Amino acid sequence: MKLKWALLSLVFTMALVLTGCEPLLVLNPQGPQAETQANVIWISIATMAIILIIVLAILITVLVKYRASKQSDDYEPPHIKGNPIVEGIIVGFPILIIIFLGIVSVNSVYKVEATPEGYEDQEPLVIYASSSNWKWHFSYPEEDIETVNAVFIPEDRPIEFKLYSYGPITSFWIPQLAGQKYAMADMVTTLHLAADQPGDYMGRNANFSGEGFAENIFDVTVLTQKDFDKWVDDIHNTAEPITEKEFNKLLEPGHLGKLFYTGTHLDFSPAPEGEHAGHNHGDASEHEDHLEHSHH
Amino acid sequence: MEFFERFAIPHPSPLIYASMVAIGLVSIAIIVGITYFKKWGYLWNEWLTTVDHKKIGIMYIISALLMLFRGGADAIMMRLQTAVPENSFLDAQHYNEVFTTHGVVMIMFMAMPFIIGLMNFIVPLQIGARDVAFPRLNAISFWLFFFGAMLFNLSFVVGGSPDAGWTNYYPLASNEFSPSVGVNYYNWALQISGIGTLMTGINFIATILKMRAPGMKLMKMPMFTWASLLTNVIIVFAFPVLTIALVMGTFDRQFGTHFFTSMNGGMDMMWANLFWVWGHPEVYILILPAFGIYSEIISTFSQRNLYGYKSMVWSMVLISLFSFTVWLHHFFTMGQNAFTNSIFSITTIAIAIPTGIKIFNWLLTMRKGKIRFTVPMLYSIAFIPLFTIGGATGVMLGMASADYQYHNTMFLVAHFHNVIIPGVVFAVLAGFTYWWPKMFGFMLNEKIGKWAFWFLSIGFCLAFFPMYITGLNGQARRMYTYSEATGFGPLNLLSFFGAGLMAIAFVLIVYNVYYSFRHSPRNVGDDPWNARSLEWATHNPVPEYNFAVAPEVKSSEALWDQKKHGHKLFNKEYEEIHMPNKSGVPFIMGVLFFIFGFSFIFAIWLGVILSAIGIFACMIYRTFEQDHGFHISVKEIKETEEKFGGADK
Repeated sequence: MKLKWALLSLVFTMALVLTGCEPLLVLNPQGPQAETQANVIWISIATMAIILIIVLAILITVLVKYRASKQSDDYEPPHIKGNPIVEGIIVGFPILIIIFLGIVSVNSVYKVEATPEGYEDQEPLVIYASSSNWKWHFSYPEEDIETVNAVFIPEDRPIEFKLYSYGPITSFWIPQLAGQKYAMADMVTTLHLAADQPGDYMGRNANFSGEGFAENIFDVTVLTQKDFDKWVDDIHNTAEPITEKEFNKLLEPGHLGKLFYTGTHLDFSPAPEGEHAGHNHGDASEHEDHLEHSHH
Repeated sequence: MEFFERFAIPHPSPLIYASMVAIGLVSIAIIVGITYFKKWGYLWNEWLTTVDHKKIGIMYIISALLMLFRGGADAIMMRLQTAVPENSFLDAQHYNEVFTTHGVVMIMFMAMPFIIGLMNFIVPLQIGARDVAFPRLNAISFWLFFFGAMLFNLSFVVGGSPDAGWTNYYPLASNEFSPSVGVNYYNWALQISGIGTLMTGINFIATILKMRAPGMKLMKMPMFTWASLLTNVIIVFAFPVLTIALVMGTFDRQFGTHFFTSMNGGMDMMWANLFWVWGHPEVYILILPAFGIYSEIISTFSQRNLYGYKSMVWSMVLISLFSFTVWLHHFFTMGQNAFTNSIFSITTIAIAIPTGIKIFNWLLTMRKGKIRFTVPMLYSIAFIPLFTIGGATGVMLGMASADYQYHNTMFLVAHFHNVIIPGVVFAVLAGFTYWWPKMFGFMLNEKIGKWAFWFLSIGFCLAFFPMYITGLNGQARRMYTYSEATGFGPLNLLSFFGAGLMAIAFVLIVYNVYYSFRHSPRNVGDDPWNARSLEWATHNPVPEYNFAVAPEVKSSEALWDQKKHGHKLFNKEYEEIHMPNKSGVPFIMGVLFFIFGFSFIFAIWLGVILSAIGIFACMIYRTFEQDHGFHISVKEIKETEEKFGGADK
């Protein structure tokens, strides 16, 4: 018995030590959206820890106190039907916890689904991020450039990623800047984020999309506004324009390194939004469809 | 030759050829063995044609254990592949097939049949019935499940396994991105066994509502029976959705329709919705009977009545209702607006309320009890804290904004294994050990059982707790490899060791069956655990007719009433017992469905047509069949009862 408990405690200590080694990506946020999410995670861990401790405490007490080996042979456990007060507590306590967490949840959902707090007065930078097997294409309509597997964004500016896919459902995820969102072939979804400071971050497709899924990653580089403008100019000075032929070649299944182009594919292969949305069959509901999608 | 090319494996490897040889050798060994021992007649008469709920239950459990090893082998391969960075044990395609089949096999062909097997064996006994309401239908259910499972396993060596995940999301699962016949196998294996499950649902609702012993009102049913009733109600509501979704998927893949494609007006999101409208209730189909098993075991080994019977029942009713209101939480990240996500976030975390009530009720059942640490009780005790952790992380996942960070990561994988393994797997193993003497008349060895328990529990913690951490560190699920720079290596290695310990536990469990079969004493009596509910009021192993006379019941603890309060369960004289005849038709129908499914998968239309005709012929035959069953005479009952030493009940 002793050995077993020793083994068990070893497991838990190891888990704790390993967690303590370095900050985990999700719990080391570098932007307001990821920070909201990290806060929600900590609040829920703390709340759930309270419940776990209560359950463990009752369980251990009961096991120690009422084990058969501790009791006389003639002890007959009583027949207890229930008790309104006790049952009130065991119903009421979970309800209170859930109300609390429900409020936290709803608040934070609205927060992460809007322009990041404190950035409302700035014009967001819109970047179209589309996936193909197994790459990410980033189109900057405003700057008129396009990149593959690398995205550069300015710090302290709200960013709106417009997500869609040339193929299976993928999920656009930069753990340190914001939680993920799906990219799909027949509609555009929007992910809001902002970055607090310059740096390099990991971005990936989190949703299984076939053979090349594991390597379906991209690099995120956050620059100061000045460096970002310079980067845009550099691309315009050095890169070739993207053509439909070139883009179709990029779409073929496989892996590519980082690539940079001037112009965007949106001109000849528009995103599935508005009149180009997949569920739009060119019928009378076109207008409604457009409205519906612009809400997201 | 061209005809046979379609059966080739599109992406072969030495591992697959080795398993082909292994499957071939094992099949030959089984056939030779049965022939050598002249057991074909026994097999056909006693098992393949049986309509007895007890034998069907045992066949379900044996199949489930076999599938546990199949799914477990998949699991070990996955953990081995990811144990170190940039491992090359499996390539991406094989890894994708392995995690897909692992998921499908464990949920559909291990957990479900194990639960249904226990239900089959125990529910009629707990309510004092002779059999289920429709014994022949029950046999068809089993054979459809069995041949569905066999069909699915065939994919490994004939034509290629499905590779789009057990969630099978479109457009990934469409012909364009998954061109092998793998997803066809998925469609037809699930379809065939799903039809069997749906019939089980109808059968058990009818059984529990109509065949209870005199005096057993609904609120006097044992908790496992209550859980089974609600589970089967969920089955009847949820499974038709799967049926339809699979039909639509089949049409997309084999007849060129566009339900789930991203062009011509199809909608890939529709599959995700339909799948989870079935898939989430499916989770509760697994967990509710598990709750029932724990309730029986905790009450028995605390030697106390179940605390808060009424709130236990009502919390299960609530869980059943809620199970249909939360499916969207599987794709919070699909781009719905904040309001929609808020609603589903609240419904999701609200499930913690009835579940929490149950946890506290179990704790209060143990309070003032006299707790015996038997193997089933150890599983039940470990279940409480481990399931609480799983539930807690479930609530965390239900917080929609934070879910954007957990979704599709190892955190999610850790969560659902943390609820399914301590929740369902521990429960079926506990129930398996607890009801084993009921099935076979001897006990499983406690010492080996305890070793298995400790290996399994510690192995579980080692295998899955590290995944919470790697998930928060950005490890997405279903990645066949990762670079060393990610830092996922050490924790994944730890997971692999944990999986190894779990594998040892399962080997010990099988060894325990063998050891106990050889060495356990056979005269364990009718009530070896000092139990409380009605199934223990008959003999071990249970005679064909279950109860010599119908019991009369006045509470959910019928046997306890008899032992402690002088209640008399059996008051009537012996009477002739009417029993259903055995039949080979269910087995034949299973084979025909197998041929139908196989032909459909490979678009061999002649096979489809012929087997369909055969299936309808079986149904028409049944319609006109004159089958009035048979009777067991009073003399025969007396002889049997005397043999068990309980003639004067």
